[in-house]
Amino acid sequence: MTVQQSIPDEKKTGEEVVMSARHVAKHYGPIKALKGVNFDIHRGQVTTLFGENGAGKSTLMKVLSGIIAPTSGQILLDGKPVNFHGANDALAHGISIIHQELALAPNLNVRDNIFMGREIRAASGVNFAEEERITRALMKELEEDLDPLTPVEELRLGQQQIVEIARALQAKSRILIMDEPTSALSASEVDVLFKVINDLTAKGVSIVYISHHLEEALEITDHAVVLRDGTMTAWAPRAEIDLEWIVRNMVGENFDLGSPPNSKMGDAALTIENLCVPDASGHGLVVDHLNLNVRSGEIVCIYGLMGAGRTEMMECAAGRLSAQSGTIKLQGREISPLSIAQRIDAGLVLVPEDRQRDGLVPTMTVGQNLSLASIAAFTRGLFTSRKDEREVIENSIREVTVKTDGGGAMIGSLSGGNQQKVVIGKMLATRPEVILLDEPSRGIDIGAKAEVFKLLAKTAETRGLAVVYTTSEVSECLSIAHRIIVMNKGRIAAEFDHTVTKEQIMAASGEAVHH
Amino acid sequence: MADITNSKPATGGMNFNLGKILLEGRAFFALVVIIVAFSFLSPVYFSANNFLIMSSHVAIFGLLAIGMLLVILNGGIDLSVGSTLGLSGVVAGFLMQGVELPSAGVILYPPVWAVVVLTVLLGAFVGAINGVLIAFFRVPAFVATLGMLYVARGVALLMTNGLTYNNLGGAEALGNTGFDWLGFNRIAGIPIGVIVLALVALAVGLVLIRTAFGRWLYASGGNERAAELSGVPTRGVKISVYVLSGVCAAIAGLVLSSQLTSAGPTAGTTYELTAIAAVVIGGAALTGGRGNVRGTMLGAFVIGFLSDGLVIIGVSAYWQTVFTGAVIVLAVLLNSLQYGRAGR
Repeated sequence: MTVQQSIPDEKKTGEEVVMSARHVAKHYGPIKALKGVNFDIHRGQVTTLFGENGAGKSTLMKVLSGIIAPTSGQILLDGKPVNFHGANDALAHGISIIHQELALAPNLNVRDNIFMGREIRAASGVNFAEEERITRALMKELEEDLDPLTPVEELRLGQQQIVEIARALQAKSRILIMDEPTSALSASEVDVLFKVINDLTAKGVSIVYISHHLEEALEITDHAVVLRDGTMTAWAPRAEIDLEWIVRNMVGENFDLGSPPNSKMGDAALTIENLCVPDASGHGLVVDHLNLNVRSGEIVCIYGLMGAGRTEMMECAAGRLSAQSGTIKLQGREISPLSIAQRIDAGLVLVPEDRQRDGLVPTMTVGQNLSLASIAAFTRGLFTSRKDEREVIENSIREVTVKTDGGGAMIGSLSGGNQQKVVIGKMLATRPEVILLDEPSRGIDIGAKAEVFKLLAKTAETRGLAVVYTTSEVSECLSIAHRIIVMNKGRIAAEFDHTVTKEQIMAASGEAVHH
Repeated sequence: MADITNSKPATGGMNFNLGKILLEGRAFFALVVIIVAFSFLSPVYFSANNFLIMSSHVAIFGLLAIGMLLVILNGGIDLSVGSTLGLSGVVAGFLMQGVELPSAGVILYPPVWAVVVLTVLLGAFVGAINGVLIAFFRVPAFVATLGMLYVARGVALLMTNGLTYNNLGGAEALGNTGFDWLGFNRIAGIPIGVIVLALVALAVGLVLIRTAFGRWLYASGGNERAAELSGVPTRGVKISVYVLSGVCAAIAGLVLSSQLTSAGPTAGTTYELTAIAAVVIGGAALTGGRGNVRGTMLGAFVIGFLSDGLVIIGVSAYWQTVFTGAVIVLAVLLNSLQYGRAGR
């Protein structure tokens, strides 16, 4: 079944192929996001792309929708090679995309967002009445009771996603790419979306679908394509596959992400009691009376979907967010009143989820990034010591095995995995007692992932470091963690030891409940 | 698959080429070109005495530009430095005239050192207001310092009622002579103003390269969120750069009013723009995190030597404005070439 890099077999699919990618590769400097992918889209059918974070799904979608140009390879539309000059060109060819990160203008209303860049012109300017009529019709089709004149910033995230979908529907494209369209939708909204998808395919529109909710995607798809590490690892029609097949091809059968180290567990390193963190609106709680206890030398994995409250819990512990109530103790000492810097001094550090936004300083070198959190360690009196700093940097580079030309290289010259190691190395250089890592494997390839986990396991074993990491990949739960905690809607839904199965974890997370 | 369009310039590589050297040393080469060109055009340009005179003009912009560099490294902007310079001069002039205490019925004549200290403190205070507005009340730097530009200028006008303090010489009997020392005296033939500039530049350069504060500043200018999560006191850094910028402006105000032996409330109008231009010509990025003192100094000298040269060869003041503007735009153009297109 697993056909490495084969070109999909035309005869097996039945339906006519409208668009295909041939040997499409995309490199960002040293980072190879796509390594030559072949991929077909069939008329009136749903093709789902499966793959872990960083597998290259979003990059492939951006290539197909003309947002980025491939480094090499070809896109065929109706069998003829095409070169898109930007997203508008692709749109003119009948291809539109619903982005994972919403691309709406929050200050404009629903109607203006739907028609942004393709306003209906009339003699006297824009024909707002017609636009409003079409918007109402779209909202009716999507069963969402939204006034076309509501500013988008006043909408819930899920409603914003509906607007994004409506925007793509309005374009009346024949190929519609949906990148995680359901991530912020409620169950009933997902049902409506699936109904809309069925209507569209019946009209001959082809859908390319990406979702992390595997079971949900299986419900709707006609074909499955699995990407791993920038290459297409498997491809099959719906009838021939099941959940197990997808997971096996996504993760790889034999890739070892490590096992829990034999560390000597010490006293409680981090104790969180009854922690409550208010959500963005201030009405609800993203973290709801959460209790967590981590001992020194212990590795705890927190599994949960987007919006489960993992990030907020970690940011609150690190001091970026303030809690509504509850206590956070580091080795028995209450740290809630401390600043971020004081918490780092006390031994609690956070490796943030988004390393570009929160982890790295792009204008600085690898070395300056590595030493940023431990400047005090090489400051003698008023001035920093270059010799001592070089020592700190070289130790870090060795400890976390960053592949670089040296501390003087610019941070942008590193691959994603090495950049992530720099962020981790920066925090480890402060000699912490507890390290919190929010999605440490996000956007790095599987080899780097294994190295990061190995590093964490070794540090926990040798230094007695308490490690807490979050993930949304089940395979990463069953690696180095001694304990697996499943979070759902701000609460701990279940707690397992490392002998748990993938199915148990997914069932506890609420991932499988939607039908 | 060799695709180099996205690769960053190689670091530490040996592939030097003329274009790259010209691009990275552009402020230096521009200065050389300016000096050579004007030396040909005018017989009086190339002389030690003329360079020293031009340098004491540069000192004013240079001091402002160093303060501005710190703010720009932090990703901010300080539009109030010209007004702070004017206000500082006026306050110094006011103090030199004597402070009348009606309740005690005496007039106090503070000695010159006290005038200097008080004026510098005033500059720090103005900067602190900017910094607190920006760091704690999240007023955009552009707006906060634009407001301060008006307020400081207005206060200077109010204090003098629009007039100028002319008598800054002090009197022997009152023990407050020596204010003109800053502007007129020379040590080993070098004007004091230039020496002050050199000392401030050295000190700030050292702070940037060799202290924790310097590293914090580059980090929070490059990515404030990452710096904060790494334990950098980003708010403290932000307030400090505006305070230091205010201090630099106050020192420049003292030097200028000493050079002129008068303090007018409109001194330094639009100097903030010259200071920004010097920083930008010196290769700093307005987005923060990139730039250094050496470049900024070169930028200040480029602007100063260019405009003085145009005066010497008798080009009209209107053309000077046109040339200065063209140089600034060219500098920013080259900056965007050097740092490449942002993002992917």
